[in-house]
Amino acid sequence: MGTYLRYWRDMIRTALVGPRLYYAWLAALALVIAGGTAAYVMQLQHGLIVTNLSDQVSWGAYIANFTFLVGVAAAAVLLVVPSYVYHRADVKEVVLIGELLAVSAIVMCLAFVTVDIGRPDRVLHMLPGFGQLNFPSSILAWDVVVLSGYLALNMHIPGYLLYRQYLGKPARKRAYLPLVFLSIFWAVSIHTVTAFLYSGLGGRPFWNTAILAPRFLVSAFASGPSILIIVLLAIDKWGPQDVKWSVIQLLRRIVTVMLPLNFFLLGCEVFKEFYTDAAHVISAEYLFFGIGEHATLVPYIWSGLAMSVVGLSIFIWLGERDKRGWLVGASALVVVGVWIEKGMGLVVPGFLPTPAGDLVEYSPSWIEFFVSLGIWALGAFIFTVLAKVALAIQSGSLRHPSAA
Amino acid sequence: MACHDPCGCEAPNEPMTADQAPVDRHALGRRSFLKRIMTGAAAATTAAAGCGDLSLEQVLQRHYKELSPADKERVFARIKAQTKKRFRTDINLVDPAPIPDVTFAFAISLSVCNGNRACVHACVKENNQSRDPAMQYIKVIELNKGDLNLEKGDMYFEGQVPKKDKFYLPTQCNQCDNPPCVSVCPVGATWKEQDGIVVVDYDWCIGCRYCMAACPYEARRFNFTTPTLARHELNTNQGYLSNRVRPRGVVEKCHFCLHRTRQGAYPACAEACPTGARKFGNLADPTSDVAQIVKNKRVFVLKEELQTGPRVFYYFD
Repeated sequence: MGTYLRYWRDMIRTALVGPRLYYAWLAALALVIAGGTAAYVMQLQHGLIVTNLSDQVSWGAYIANFTFLVGVAAAAVLLVVPSYVYHRADVKEVVLIGELLAVSAIVMCLAFVTVDIGRPDRVLHMLPGFGQLNFPSSILAWDVVVLSGYLALNMHIPGYLLYRQYLGKPARKRAYLPLVFLSIFWAVSIHTVTAFLYSGLGGRPFWNTAILAPRFLVSAFASGPSILIIVLLAIDKWGPQDVKWSVIQLLRRIVTVMLPLNFFLLGCEVFKEFYTDAAHVISAEYLFFGIGEHATLVPYIWSGLAMSVVGLSIFIWLGERDKRGWLVGASALVVVGVWIEKGMGLVVPGFLPTPAGDLVEYSPSWIEFFVSLGIWALGAFIFTVLAKVALAIQSGSLRHPSAA
Repeated sequence: MACHDPCGCEAPNEPMTADQAPVDRHALGRRSFLKRIMTGAAAATTAAAGCGDLSLEQVLQRHYKELSPADKERVFARIKAQTKKRFRTDINLVDPAPIPDVTFAFAISLSVCNGNRACVHACVKENNQSRDPAMQYIKVIELNKGDLNLEKGDMYFEGQVPKKDKFYLPTQCNQCDNPPCVSVCPVGATWKEQDGIVVVDYDWCIGCRYCMAACPYEARRFNFTTPTLARHELNTNQGYLSNRVRPRGVVEKCHFCLHRTRQGAYPACAEACPTGARKFGNLADPTSDVAQIVKNKRVFVLKEELQTGPRVFYYFD
């Protein structure tokens, strides 16, 4: 017990001490988090009326970000599989970073759901025992279960492995490997369940499509590795650990396979809607071309698609060449492109036109913008601290005194 | 509009600290420290969400279906006191049970409805909906003759009705037999009662709005802020699961005026309709108007292909 407490004390100490750049980065994030908190307090005081949500478009930026981030969390599996299943030594060196990124993403997901609900004081109503979780009927209840399970798995596995390294002892496979395999299936399940959240609704034809879950997974496997490329290149540059070029290449190749697949699935959807040209094409028309003067999303979705295409082209053109600026740029384009397509580009048209034929435009209010930005900063803050501690242990600079 | 209540009008709600929140001292002795901490935190968060007055009892209040008769008595007393404090009016709060062997349904004649919206206004008056922002359960859609596609209709029509070449289709909650809104609710805050009415426990809803996404009829409304209505607008005849004043941040919808209909009265919209287009009654009773219409007229329901089993039937005659 004493050793374990010391482990935590040492980790907290490591998190608190760092170079000037580390402090500057955290301070900047803290500032954004403070801004987001202030915006959220305003939302609590006045209600969700400070958002631009309406009875017609009842979910918006918060749920769009939530959906995207579930994908980021699921994408950790792309490092987990090569590392634990195929024992690739180069990937094993950074797999914990992937798992900790998943932890930060899930925390952001939970934050986005929390700021979206009208009565955050009643979250206890979901706890079995006091409340009642409508399981298995409600897909949202499923989401609560799979997300918290995934969070627990991704906290436990790195936590255990780092503890053993801290002690200078080998990890016992029995203690983590079964959970690793569980987490692989679990990763697929979180994004599948999140897709089912939408695709199970018969009254929303735009979402009510069987390829929504495959689309979610494939686009997550394009945007997730892109975020990982940026993160790993940053660690390689500023962190105590070198990242093998082969890992970056693995991730780049995954994007160059997954992103075209994502376009293919999107194309299938577009074909079905527009060739059939039945009543329900109208949501897709609204998204891609606008209906009359209602065209808020049109420039948005086309710029998102353009970003994905340009990002992909850069990735392919680069090949294995070591041009880091281009790599980061391409990754950023893919991340934003997918974020637009499966975020607001998916959530908002699902509501429009409304079942009774109403067309109410939506774009986030300033409060929604700052709350969302604050949650992203919170995620980055959590990830930075977690990664710093993990890297200190992994590089051997943080050890229990008794460790060999 | 004179409104002296801090929750009801423009005056901003001051966030209440845990200490200010009225705490049931008697209850505290019996309850654990942990619960007290929890309540304090919750009170601080909700101060803004609800309408002040967040007591320990309120935070720990159970789901409607789990309330014992004694619990209900306490909860009802609390609601009456809160309403009195806010509106300086005594209310009559009832909780009529569903009548056995009754399935309520509407049959609406589209040949007769002329789009005058008397039903919309009667509903707002009866059910204590927020006046600002304005909330309405019933939407009347103006359609071109020869086209039943709701997406091509206009719900914001103005001017004298009925217009030539148009017909009118009022929509509200269909009290579906197989309600998608009920199955998606993560906390079971909305459910179907024995008489077919889908209700919401306003004290249990967490405001996630998944039910609004699931509803194919655009029947559900969300309280984006504390509902505003003046004292003289308050209907003091209130039902716990129907028209009592709602808190902020929860979902509500048409409930077939269950505080009236379970006690033998017509829903407010049916009573107000000057054309006689609305027929309301017990579908399970073969002699009722609605049962006769469903049996003898050519009726249809909205979005039949979704198999939600609506209990609002439309017909032409």
